[in-house]
Amino acid sequence: MLAYIVRRTLYAIPILVGINLITFALFFLVNTPDDMARMQLGVKRVTPEAIEKWKAERGYDKPLLWNAAAAGAGKLGDTIFFEKSVKLFAFDFGRAEDNRDIANEIRTRMGPSLALAVPVFLVGLAVNVTFALGMAFFRATYLDLWGVILCVAMMSISSLFYIIGGQYLISKLWHLVPISGYEGGIDAMKFLVLPVLIGVIGGIGAGSRWYRTLFLEEMGKDYVRTARAKGLAESTVMFRHVLQNALIPILTGVVVVIPLLFMGSLIVESFFGIPGLGSYTIDAIQAQDFAVVRAMVFIGSVLYIAGLLLTDISYTLVDPRVRLA
Amino acid sequence: MRAILLLACLAAGCADVWNDPYAAADRGANILYSAFTERPKHLDPVQSYTEDEARFTQQVYEPPLQYHYLKRPYELVPLTALEVPKAVEVQGGRYTVYTIRLRRGTRYQPHPAFVAENHVLAPARIARLRTPYELPAATRELTADDYIYEIKRLASPRLHSPILGLMSEYIVGLGEFAERLRKFDTRRQDWLDLRKHRLEGVEKVDDYTYRVKLKGRYPQFVYWLAMPFFAPVPWEAERFFHQPGMAEKNFTLDWWPVGTGAYMLTENNPNARMELVRNPNFRGEPYPAEGEPGDAAAGLLADAGKTMPFVERVVFSREKESIPYWNKFLQGYYDSSAIPSDTFDQAVRVSIGGEVGLTPEMEAKGIKLRTSPDITILYLGVNWLDDVVGGSAERTRKLRQAIAIAVDWEEFISIFLNGRGEVAHDPLAPGIFGQRTGREGLNPLTHVWEDGRAQRRPLEDARQLLAEAGYPNGRDAKSGAPLVLYLDTVGRGPGDKPRFDWWRRQFAKIAVQLEIRDTDWNRFQEKIRKGSQQLYILGWNADYPDPENFLFLLHGPQARAQSQGENTSNYVNAEFDALFERMKNIPNSPERQGIIDRMVEIVRRDAPWVGGFHPVSYGLTHAWMMNGKPNNMARNNLKYLRVDVDQRAALRREWNQPAVWPVLLILLALVASAVPAVMSYRRRERMAAKPA
Amino acid sequence: MPVLLPTDALIWLLVLAVAAFAGYSSRRAHLAAPWARVFRSRIAAASAVVLACYLLVGLLDSLHYRPVLAAKDPAAPVAYAVEVRSLLDRVLEPLRTRLEKTYSAPLATRLYQKEQVERADGTMVREFPRLAHGGAHLEDEADWGKDVALRILAGLALAAGLWWLAVFAGRRTLARRWPEVPWGAAGAALGAILALAGPVAMLAGGYHVLGTNQVGLDVLHQALKSIRTSLVIGTLTTLVLLPLGIAAGIAAGYFRGWVDDAIQYAYTTLNSIPGVLLIAASVLMVQVYVDTNPELFPTSAQRADFRLLALCAILGVVGWTGLARLLRGEALKLSELEYIQAAHAFGVSHARVLARHILPNVAHIVIISLVLDFSGLVLAEAVLSYVGVGVDPSTTSFGTMINAARLEMAREPMVWWSLAAAFVFMFALVLAANLFADAVRDGFDPRVRV
Repeated sequence: MLAYIVRRTLYAIPILVGINLITFALFFLVNTPDDMARMQLGVKRVTPEAIEKWKAERGYDKPLLWNAAAAGAGKLGDTIFFEKSVKLFAFDFGRAEDNRDIANEIRTRMGPSLALAVPVFLVGLAVNVTFALGMAFFRATYLDLWGVILCVAMMSISSLFYIIGGQYLISKLWHLVPISGYEGGIDAMKFLVLPVLIGVIGGIGAGSRWYRTLFLEEMGKDYVRTARAKGLAESTVMFRHVLQNALIPILTGVVVVIPLLFMGSLIVESFFGIPGLGSYTIDAIQAQDFAVVRAMVFIGSVLYIAGLLLTDISYTLVDPRVRLA
Repeated sequence: MRAILLLACLAAGCADVWNDPYAAADRGANILYSAFTERPKHLDPVQSYTEDEARFTQQVYEPPLQYHYLKRPYELVPLTALEVPKAVEVQGGRYTVYTIRLRRGTRYQPHPAFVAENHVLAPARIARLRTPYELPAATRELTADDYIYEIKRLASPRLHSPILGLMSEYIVGLGEFAERLRKFDTRRQDWLDLRKHRLEGVEKVDDYTYRVKLKGRYPQFVYWLAMPFFAPVPWEAERFFHQPGMAEKNFTLDWWPVGTGAYMLTENNPNARMELVRNPNFRGEPYPAEGEPGDAAAGLLADAGKTMPFVERVVFSREKESIPYWNKFLQGYYDSSAIPSDTFDQAVRVSIGGEVGLTPEMEAKGIKLRTSPDITILYLGVNWLDDVVGGSAERTRKLRQAIAIAVDWEEFISIFLNGRGEVAHDPLAPGIFGQRTGREGLNPLTHVWEDGRAQRRPLEDARQLLAEAGYPNGRDAKSGAPLVLYLDTVGRGPGDKPRFDWWRRQFAKIAVQLEIRDTDWNRFQEKIRKGSQQLYILGWNADYPDPENFLFLLHGPQARAQSQGENTSNYVNAEFDALFERMKNIPNSPERQGIIDRMVEIVRRDAPWVGGFHPVSYGLTHAWMMNGKPNNMARNNLKYLRVDVDQRAALRREWNQPAVWPVLLILLALVASAVPAVMSYRRRERMAAKPA
Repeated sequence: MPVLLPTDALIWLLVLAVAAFAGYSSRRAHLAAPWARVFRSRIAAASAVVLACYLLVGLLDSLHYRPVLAAKDPAAPVAYAVEVRSLLDRVLEPLRTRLEKTYSAPLATRLYQKEQVERADGTMVREFPRLAHGGAHLEDEADWGKDVALRILAGLALAAGLWWLAVFAGRRTLARRWPEVPWGAAGAALGAILALAGPVAMLAGGYHVLGTNQVGLDVLHQALKSIRTSLVIGTLTTLVLLPLGIAAGIAAGYFRGWVDDAIQYAYTTLNSIPGVLLIAASVLMVQVYVDTNPELFPTSAQRADFRLLALCAILGVVGWTGLARLLRGEALKLSELEYIQAAHAFGVSHARVLARHILPNVAHIVIISLVLDFSGLVLAEAVLSYVGVGVDPSTTSFGTMINAARLEMAREPMVWWSLAAAFVFMFALVLAANLFADAVRDGFDPRVRV
């Protein structure tokens, strides 16, 4: 097991390098350092000297990938790519283009993101499983049919409508919760109720249907028929046997999502004014802040790979037949 | 049982509001709530130039002068100085000297920089700090040295000041000083003590007086003295923030201003919240006793003579989206909702507000609307270097005049700004000396005076001019090809579509085809720099209320394509340039008015800007916020405001009663929908075995 | 003068390809059987009718031309406008040209904001002015209720007539040819659509049925134009997604070894980058290309079209990983089967094995994921437009309508009809697509039995 983990971690390194290269290429094909300087320096009276100074300070006056003028290892090392991207591996994110420390920002913003993402995840999982179990239990009846139709309908509504509509009804019309904003500590509850609700409702459609399929597949197996033949009550069959076995593919499918909870939901955070990592990323894209963008991409990738690793490990843990390669 | 108790609690709590986004502890406190949409990037007075930043810096930093809050047209009055300095010419006009005398007894806000021990803190100690104010603080008196230090900072090689280039032309020795510093400053990790370097043009006379020497005459210099660029900065602050470990925690002068103003910035989280707290060491300033006629009736002089500031704390929350911002304002959680716009080719960012007047619902809530024209102009410019529309040939001039008539700015203002704007008849702005209003201010080439107001000329005139320009019915007279013009603009997103459609329609009225080339901001600026645009939209926000600050935008030598100046249309006219040189340095007088009239006439005829408008900024304030008057030049207005806390609490409670019944209904419905499921379950359990 | 935009060309190519495939498979029982199963479901029949209506609107909108400019002088050479219009615009000419000044509510007779209006007796008064086109035929506004009711009745009558005609014709031709298909459900769906469309068409003659937007454009017209954008994004993306996904997935599963490793590396890397960032950066890159090469795109229609095409390509490149992973698993299983191994033993070349054995056996997965992806892509476009990296601002799409609506909801009083229109149209499209996709999956996937 340990050897497997080590091997997978090592395998992740070329992936991270590849990601770095792609992000770098994409970003610098779009923005030259001149453009970034102008973005940061503002509109009025921006002189070419100010731009040069800005670039020199941040190390953007070097060549992008290959420095022919430098000597030896400097050819690769004295470039923007090396300076900016390689340090990521040491988790040294440096400063954003407006000189704020990125690692500090990430630390402070992780809290709100998690405070939003974890409840959505847990509550969503619980609701979806319950709903799916209900539909599977009442399979082939009208309840099931209407349940499926409701799920498909809910799946067909864009999340934007949920957000706009939810905010309008619950915050504006009924004055139940604050429209947007965030406060740390216990006060966070009143700000999170609405986004969590919307996140859960938005995810019910797709999630419940998928779990329902899994449950139904499970219920088609022989051991369920045996259990029924033995005379067990339907509820016992569902809860003691089907649920436990169907949870395996559910959980393993869900584990991969857990690390990504840190990243937060980009749009929900933006709309509800929650200062999390998701809105940090969106702001950086719109402000063309490369330093922040590459830091967030790097973190996202690391978390994704960690998620994949966790999924594989959880397969082994729950299903003894699976052997890791 | 527990559920019933919970419901009872909910019912009892009905007297309270649930959707209050602020901490419960703050209810009933003397706090002003406001919001900001764009995050401020720099709060260092050397660099800060945008309106979002001015909102914070101008409450903390006090330059020698300020604009009178109430009087119009805008008037300079002393702030930390004793009087507005007069220019004294020496050496027969070769230099001008301003002597600035300061008030005594002005003290800085309490700040840890003034405690000597804080200059040598251990990095571990710094790493544990959340804000610099956790350290012991002290204060000291303001002296002339601090003003001189800030002027020297303009030239510091470690900072970028956008006005360094401009000021180097005027302040004696500033350019050389900057050069010298650049050569000297090789060891970046050491603190650059500017006190050790001498700047020739600025001289200290005594602790409360200093002199600035300018080359030639520059009467607009006094306006710059009202901007934070010339506010005092204590050297101790620079030294304090320079310690290792400070930058990692974002403790820099760029984020934590240190000043003598009415407020100090104690919380700076530009992604969420910024908080200003009353400066306990503020020397106190009396509320102005005079104003415009009409101010007394509006209740703006009720606090005359009382010591400012009135509000203890000001909390700014970040609102990126317009819907939450507007709704929270309507619910009473923001005391005012003015959204400044430092961006140009964007007439409106948020279409808030129904009309120029208030809707009955808003009036019923006691919301007040105040409008004041911005000292801003947004114009449709023509690139003088373009062959089709630019240049001084008669043909292109007629084409431009035709376009000037066809583009219906009145309609633009009505649709996209809800009437919050005034059509521009000349390149100046309202409130600027030299601008004529009403019948005299009319642009005779595009409007006529009828029925007591300016009416746009009929489209027939435009078509006639177009035909004279060689494009009858929008077709080239010789080749028959349709005339296609290109509008270069900045695309901001899906909200642009209505605007683009409207633009195309304006030109379609005279049968000219318009192609819109929208790009992002960087590409747009690049086009302007290279001079490759044809028609474009830009604007200018006044630095100070002087006509030179507008007319220089059409000054030939400042053409963007040649010299990176602010003349984006690259307009050149020898007579205009000569008149500009004459009028730029003389004081306001009938002679100056005459020159400006002539210049305006030239510009109207040549039409390098085919029309434009002046946005009118509106301020919506709630009934409990007093003394709010829109002021486009003075951004240090927070000290004048007063909040009736009790009235606010009462109204908020009234407007935000939570409607619990829908939730109960929904819960009931959910429970009801579960009933058939439960019944079906029971029935199934009792049934005999059934195939799966 | 007809204009062939790149997206038009591709759409018609796709239509022809689908038609050819339909013709080809109708003659082969093993290919037609799953489709027969699909269309036996009532839901599939009904949703197919709905989708067909959307498709019709979208295809009408994919035939573009440049209208002739009216010339006062008959001797002048014929010149064409810069603007590019489609056949749908021609059909909806009244909706397109009847512009108001600004917002107006659905079926309203007056503008949504007050203005200085000069009354007949010369006095200036501030009130809601009458619309230039909406309800302009009404002499007296009190007649509004009666007029609307009459039009609705007329529309219903027209709809009933058309429906009866369609049912009559369908019964004689289609029902005889394919009796197992539940034509009743299809007929009911058609009836519902006609019952909505008939009155709307009648009302549209005199009013703005869904109101007008900020510059006075009819919202119904906007919504109908948005359909094409959604269809383009939903279908053309697959043109990029399919080849990449199929090639990568099958190669990885079939050849294994270093090919498998390389492809897994490629899609793990691609998947790790947050999708939004990848799409945002790519779209910006395309923008820069368009801006720096203005000669290649002389009209704004071509620019917008190119950007739409680029968005489809980018979504395809970002999205092929899902399909590839599925196909890889399937190809791995298939290449272990005995008859494949026998083929290898016989010395059959890889190309033939892939073409004759592997590909047809994974076709059902491809079709299922294609149809499933469609609705996801339509929804994704709305979200991308919100972030700002969606379609060009001059392209009408549901995303841009929703985005504009965000600002409109902040107005006092609120402007809700743009958002409502976008919601209704998008919901109907995505719901129909989802239901149809479900039926396709049930028809093709042999294992799922409820």
